[in-house]
Amino acid sequence: MAHAYTPGLRVTQRATVRKERRLPIAGQVLVQRGARVQAEDVVARAELPGDVATVNVVNLLGITPGEIHQFMLKKEGDAVGRDEPIAETRPWLKWLKTTVRSPVAGTVESVSAITGQVLVRMAPRPVELTAYLDGVVAEVAEREGVVVETHGAFVQGIFGVGGEVYGEVALAVDRPDASIGPGDLGAEFADKIVIAGNLVTSGVYERASALNVAALVCGGFHDSDLRRLLGYDLGVAITGHEDIQPILIVTEGFGPMAMAEATFELLKSHVGQRASANGATQIRAGVLRPEIIIPTREAASAPAVAEVAMVGLTQGSRVRIIREPGFGRIGNVTALPPAAVQIETESRVRVAKVQFPDGTTVTVPRANLEAIET
Amino acid sequence: MAERPSKPDDLNVIVATDCGSTTTKAILIEKKPEGYRQTFRGEAPTTVEAPFEDVTRGVLNAFAELEELSGRRILDGERIIYPAQGNVGVDIYVSTSSAGGGLQMMVAGVVKQMTAESAERAALGAGAIVMDVLAANDQRLPHQKIELIRRLRPDMVLLSGGTDGGTITHVVELAEFLAAANPRPRLGHDYKLPVIYAGNKAAREAVAERLAAKVELHATDNLRPVLERENLGPARTEIHELFLKHVMAQAPGYQKLMSWVGAPIMPTPAAVGHIMQTIAKRQGINLIGVDIGGATTDVFSVFGGTFNRTVSANLGMSYSISNVLAEAGLPNLLRWVPFDIDEMDLRDRIKNKMIRPTTVPHLLVELKVEQAIAREALRLAFAQHKALAVGLKGVQRERSISESFDQSMAGETIIDMRRLDLLVGSGGVLSHAPRRSQAAMLLIDSFQPEGVTRLAVDSIFMMPHLGVLAQVHEKAAEEVFVRDCLINLGTCVAMVNQGKPGAAAFDYALEAGGQTRRGSLAVGEMKLEPLGVGETAKLAVTPARGIDLGEGRGKALEATMHGGVVGVVFDARGRPLVVPEKNRAEIVNGWAKALGAYPG
Repeated sequence: MAHAYTPGLRVTQRATVRKERRLPIAGQVLVQRGARVQAEDVVARAELPGDVATVNVVNLLGITPGEIHQFMLKKEGDAVGRDEPIAETRPWLKWLKTTVRSPVAGTVESVSAITGQVLVRMAPRPVELTAYLDGVVAEVAEREGVVVETHGAFVQGIFGVGGEVYGEVALAVDRPDASIGPGDLGAEFADKIVIAGNLVTSGVYERASALNVAALVCGGFHDSDLRRLLGYDLGVAITGHEDIQPILIVTEGFGPMAMAEATFELLKSHVGQRASANGATQIRAGVLRPEIIIPTREAASAPAVAEVAMVGLTQGSRVRIIREPGFGRIGNVTALPPAAVQIETESRVRVAKVQFPDGTTVTVPRANLEAIET
Repeated sequence: MAERPSKPDDLNVIVATDCGSTTTKAILIEKKPEGYRQTFRGEAPTTVEAPFEDVTRGVLNAFAELEELSGRRILDGERIIYPAQGNVGVDIYVSTSSAGGGLQMMVAGVVKQMTAESAERAALGAGAIVMDVLAANDQRLPHQKIELIRRLRPDMVLLSGGTDGGTITHVVELAEFLAAANPRPRLGHDYKLPVIYAGNKAAREAVAERLAAKVELHATDNLRPVLERENLGPARTEIHELFLKHVMAQAPGYQKLMSWVGAPIMPTPAAVGHIMQTIAKRQGINLIGVDIGGATTDVFSVFGGTFNRTVSANLGMSYSISNVLAEAGLPNLLRWVPFDIDEMDLRDRIKNKMIRPTTVPHLLVELKVEQAIAREALRLAFAQHKALAVGLKGVQRERSISESFDQSMAGETIIDMRRLDLLVGSGGVLSHAPRRSQAAMLLIDSFQPEGVTRLAVDSIFMMPHLGVLAQVHEKAAEEVFVRDCLINLGTCVAMVNQGKPGAAAFDYALEAGGQTRRGSLAVGEMKLEPLGVGETAKLAVTPARGIDLGEGRGKALEATMHGGVVGVVFDARGRPLVVPEKNRAEIVNGWAKALGAYPG
C-alpha cells in the first residue's frame, strides 16, 4: 500500500549535507576536488547564449525577401555594433537612401531569403555559480559543476519564498510560540538569519526588509500577507526565483503557529554562527523544501541527508497533526488500528491514536500526521 | 517460456497498469461466464524518481500486491509468466504512463485561432500537456518567442502553419525562431529535441533547411490541409511514435517496461480518450468525462463522434488547489460554502492543503470547503474545454437568412449540454466522496447539465487501463467499462432556462414497477427520487408556462430514467445556474439537504 502519512521534515543537529551545484549549460569549473570553499566563493562559470534581436529588413527597405542578399552590408557570422548599418538601398539619389541599423551589438546569426528577417545574436551572458555552503568540494563534474559537502545542523521548513542567502543566525524571540512586532527588530539584525517566532506579519516583514535582514524564519505566515508581499496570488508551490529581501522560511504552515520546540531549540543553539538558507520550495515532482544549513567544524557521524530513509509510523512515533482539528499539536502514537475507521466526514480511513503530553488522546487520519524525525 | 496468446479471443487473464506520477495502479481482468470482469486491484508508489529511478520497481510492487490479493502467481522472479494456466500467469500485460510529468509539448501555428488551435487540439488529443501555443499573431515580439522556446524545455514540439499551398513565409519564420532558440529537451542531454512538422507541404523543404541540423525533425501530413478540414490523425500518430521512441526511452526503466508489454504504452490521457471514443461509438452517445487530480484536471468529450480533450494544467485539489482560488476568485469560491467563513482563515486553509497535499478533511466543514473548491476547479476546467472544443474557425460559410438571425458562426463550441447523454466523473474528490450524492451534486453544479443527462463516476479510475486494453481487445474493454468501471449515480433532469424564483417550475410523474410517484418543484428547488441501480422508470414532466426542459418552453417532456446509487435528481434552479446572494448559506444548504448530501 502507498504510505498514508507525510514524511516529516528533517530537523537535525548533525548531518552531512551535499549540494550539487550544476551549471545550466557546459562551462568552466573553477575549483579542485578537496578544496575548502566559502558560501560566497564562485565555483563554476558559464556563458549563456545571448538574446536574439530580429530585424525585418525587407519591410524596412521595401524589397522582396528574395532580394535581401543584394542589400545586405553584413553577412552571417559578421560582428555588428549597436546602430551599425546592416543593410541599405542604393538609389540614384543619395538622399533617397534607406539604411537599416542593428538595434543591438552582436553577431549576425541568419539572413533569411524567405522571411526577409535578419537575426542578430547579442553577446553571451555570463553566469556564475557560488558554493552556497561553507564546506569542501567533494566532487567535480568537468564543465558541469561540483558537489559541495559540509557537516552541521540541518533544518527544513515547510514552505519558503526567495533564493539562497548567507548570514549569522539570530534570535528575535525567546520562545517558539512568541510573536514580535515591527518595533522588536533593530539594526543588530541586519544581514542576519532571524528566528522570528510563531507569526511574521506584513509589518514585521517590511521592517526586516528596511533593516536588510537576510532571512526571516517563523512558524506561520498569513496567505493574505504572502499575496501582499508577492503582488499576486501564488497558485502553485514552486518558489525560489522571487527577488525579495529578506527571504522567508515558514516552518509549520499558514496562520499563526508556534514553531516546533525541536526546531526552535536547535536554531537557538546556533545563534551567532554562520548559516546558509534557501527559501526554494517545490511540492510537486521531486519535493524540495526550504532549508537552513549551519556548518560545524566537526565531521558528522550522522548519515548524509539524502541517504536518510523515510521512516513509517510506529507505536511511539512522535508526530505532529497537520490538519484541523488540532493543527500543529504534537504527541505520540499509541495505537495504529489496522482496519479503516469512519470519521466525521463519513469517509472510512486508516487512523492512528495520538496521545498529547497532557494525557488526552485523539483519533486522527494517518494522512493528517507528520512524523517528526530527529 | 511459453508464448503469449496473440488472438484477442485467447485472452482470458489480462493485467494492466497505469504508472501515474505518484502511484502505479495495477488491475486484473479475467474472463468469467458473464464476460470480462475486473477482479482485483493493487497499487504501489511509482518509482521513476530517485532513489529508485526505475519505473519497473513500482510495477513489480503493484503486481506483488495483486498476487497477494488474488492468489494468482503473475511473476517468476522479475519476469511475467505467460500464458495463463489455472491460477498461474497472465495472457497479456498492457500499460499507460503519466509518470515524470507526462508528455509536455509546445505547439506552434501561423494564426492563433486557426492552425495554432488545430495544433493544440492535436497535441491535447494525443495526451500531451501543452506548455504554450506560439503563433505568428500572438502579440509577442520575436525575441520574446525565442526566449520562451528556450526557457520551456518541452519534450516535443509540434510545428504547423499554413494550408497546403498557402503561406510559406510565416511558417518558415516560426522555424527560424525555433532554430534561433536551439531548444533542448527536458529529459536527457545527449539527444536532439523531436520536432514534428505538420504544416504547409510546400514549406517542408525550407523548414528542414533551417531545422534539420538542430533538432530531430519529422514531417507528417498537414493538420489543416484546407481551412474547412482538420486532419489531426497523422500528427497524433507521429506524437505517439516519438513519445515511445524518444521521450519514454529517456525515462528511467521504460526500456525494460516496453519490452514487457503486449501493446504500445500509451500516455494516460490518450488512453482515457481512447476508451471514451470507443464507448461513445459503440453506444452511439455523446459523453463528457472529467478527471480531477491533485495537480491537473482533464476534460474529455465526444459529441457527434468528434473527440476533444483539454487539460487544465494548474487546476487540481492538492498541488494546484491554491491556483483554483487564484483563478476563480474568492467570491466564486465562497458562494458554494454553506456557512460563513473568515476570508483570512479560508486562504490559510487552502495554502495549508497546498503545502501538505496528502492530508484529508477530518471535519465536515473542511469537506464542504474542499467540495466548494472542487466545484470551481471543475467549472473552470469545463469552461476551458468548451473554449477549445469548437468548430473550425476561419471557414467561410454561406448563410441562409434564418442563420444570420440566430448569430450562429464558425468557431462556436460544439459542446451542447442538451445533447449530452452521459457525464462521467473521476478523481479522488468525485470517486471517493463519502456520499455518492455529493459527487452527483458536484457534477451538476459545475457542469450544469440541461434536460436529461445520466451521471456516473469511475469507481477506481480504471479508464486508462481500459483505454490501452481497447487497442488490443475492444470488447473486453467495453464489458469491463460497463460492468465494473462505472458506478451509475442516476439521471439528472434539469431546466435549460431561468424562471422567477419561487414560481411553479414543473410537475412530474415517475412510473416504475407499477407505481407512479408524483411531485412538483418551484423555480430554485432541487428534489431527489430514489431509483436503484439497474432500474428504469418512465418519466413524464409538465412544465409551467415559459419553463423549458429541453423540449421547448412549456412543452412536456417524456423520457426513460436510468437509476443508480443516487437516483433521479430534479433540478429547477435554471440555467445558467445563479447562486442567490440573499440567504445564500440557507439556500445552498437546502439544495444539499434535498439530495441528502451531508449528515445531519
